Amino acid sequence: MTARELESHGIATVIIGSGLDIVEKCGVPRYLHNDIPLGNPLGHPYAAAEQLASVASALQLIEQASVPTIRFGKVKWHDGEGWRANYMKIDETNRETLRLAGIENRRSRREQIEKGEKR
Amino acid sequence: MQYEYELQGGQEHQPVKYIEKTRNFYQAQGFERAYKWADNADIPWHKLSKPLSECNVTFVVTAVPDGTIPKLSRQGGSFALDDMPEAFRTDELSWDKQATHTRDRESYIPLVALQQLAKAGVIGSVSTRYHFVPTEYSQSNTLNSDAPAIRDACIADEVDIAILVPL
Repeated sequence: MTARELESHGIATVIIGSGLDIVEKCGVPRYLHNDIPLGNPLGHPYAAAEQLASVASALQLIEQASVPTIRFGKVKWHDGEGWRANYMKIDETNRETLRLAGIENRRSRREQIEKGEKR
Repeated sequence: MQYEYELQGGQEHQPVKYIEKTRNFYQAQGFERAYKWADNADIPWHKLSKPLSECNVTFVVTAVPDGTIPKLSRQGGSFALDDMPEAFRTDELSWDKQATHTRDRESYIPLVALQQLAKAGVIGSVSTRYHFVPTEYSQSNTLNSDAPAIRDACIADEVDIAILVPL
């Protein structure tokens, strides 16, 4: 949404991230997708050359693309592909934990609001 | 949605369906209303009017520069690069805490990369301020408050390009 606002006011934008479906749905002009776990959109931790390559590729996208473009980057996760299925996994082993976490989440949010935390 | 897709490194795996996963996850936690993600058919487009090597570049992040402000009270803002914290607060954001970590700031803040690209002459300069936009449940806070504030700051700083790096 911020990219859309900037782009509409004469600032060229590019997003670098790992949440393809979310960004795709939002409707942004340029997106470099690194298909790795959420948390390190620019590349693996401490992989400075990889991070630099991501930023350079995103900038090239601004120069090269003439229509809304999604570019899939070259980064491959070092530790296999198990993270895809594990993230936000729901099964019989955690169903009750999640239900209780939801109750705690709502209680904590109510408490924050009662303390006056708001914008 | 009309996009052109470019494959740089091949695409061997189906990208994770985060919208579906998130919906199921919160449903399992007993939340009754599913989150509505921003959904736009039109896509704004600004064509760069000068070469990259002359552009002033900034970045926008969702990692939290001042973690002492309570989550529900955080607002979008612009901060001097010179005052950038060594570590941003990320623990309250949604990311894959099992698969990875955020101890390397440069894996989600493109400061050093941009400084190197400026030094090499690939871009003209790194803008003196960067920008924070909180990941908000309320889309109207982003649309009507945070994004316009960042827009105004970018215009004041004569920014040509913004790289947005959501965690």
